[in-house]
Amino acid sequence: MSASDLFRLDGRVALVTGASRGIGAAIAQTLAHAGAEVWLAGRDLGALESAAAACPRGKTLPLDVTDEAAIKAAMLKIRQTSGGLDILINNAGIMAPAMLATTRAASLDAMLRTHVSGSFLCAQLAARLMSARQGGAILNMASVMGTRGAAGFSAYGASKAAVVGMTLALAKELAPLQIRVNALAPGFIETDLTAGIEDSARAQALADIGMGRFGQPQDVAAAALYLVSPAAAYVTGQVLGIDGAMKV
Amino acid sequence: MSNNEKLIQTFAHTLQIDPAQVTDDLKYNAIAEWDSVGHMSLVAALEETFGILLDTDDIIELSSVAQARAILAKYDVSF
Repeated sequence: MSASDLFRLDGRVALVTGASRGIGAAIAQTLAHAGAEVWLAGRDLGALESAAAACPRGKTLPLDVTDEAAIKAAMLKIRQTSGGLDILINNAGIMAPAMLATTRAASLDAMLRTHVSGSFLCAQLAARLMSARQGGAILNMASVMGTRGAAGFSAYGASKAAVVGMTLALAKELAPLQIRVNALAPGFIETDLTAGIEDSARAQALADIGMGRFGQPQDVAAAALYLVSPAAAYVTGQVLGIDGAMKV
Repeated sequence: MSNNEKLIQTFAHTLQIDPAQVTDDLKYNAIAEWDSVGHMSLVAALEETFGILLDTDDIIELSSVAQARAILAKYDVSF
């Protein structure tokens, strides 16, 4: 297999949650240009359509990952339309930075439901579709906040740390089925999620990044492509940091 | 092929056992081939064969060939 073939995804079917913008859209576009048939899922159909326009053979799928019935319906549609699923990118996410005293229980619950329950339920059904195709790859979106922590991110970090634990367990559980499970732990990536962070906090974050720049969605998408591609055929149970040597 | 034949073939092919072993009283964990890994493959294969996705409660209940038939009937698979 040539070096470029190692990163081709021709004939593979991929589902990317939270694909309407930012990291999810970049991953969807990268996988599509690598040859995959990509389903872009999210809550904002208009934004999904825009993101899908940049994906050869991209398909949109309205989906709220906190809705178990909707996930099941989505998986059935993918199987009926595309014949199965090979790649799941559990990217859907929300972020509401707040100090401990000002974090509402509802905010904690929303992040746990989106990041943990949503990823879990998508993986649960996706693994069955992948098992029927004798293998696949699941990529979860963790965060440097979940692996190293930071003030103001206790709820977000808790949910992302749970994603790490889930990734490690599923990697072992699904290995006999030839399903690989990995996670990415991005640092400060410039997206809509981080756009609302105060200027002073942004300046501090930038000062703490060894490479002297914020990450871009494409930085994460490139790592995602590696982890779901044949190049990573023997890589599972890993949490790959994408943070430009960020000190947290 | 009837749904019953499909059921037997799916069990036999997925668990790599003789079709003659696929009787109503064959139970989960009663043979080495139907262990936890085999169970997940079996569930996926049944779903693929009959074009359905099972609820988690039904997967937990699916512990014999007879129960598989009863559970599939809930999804409008007739035997």
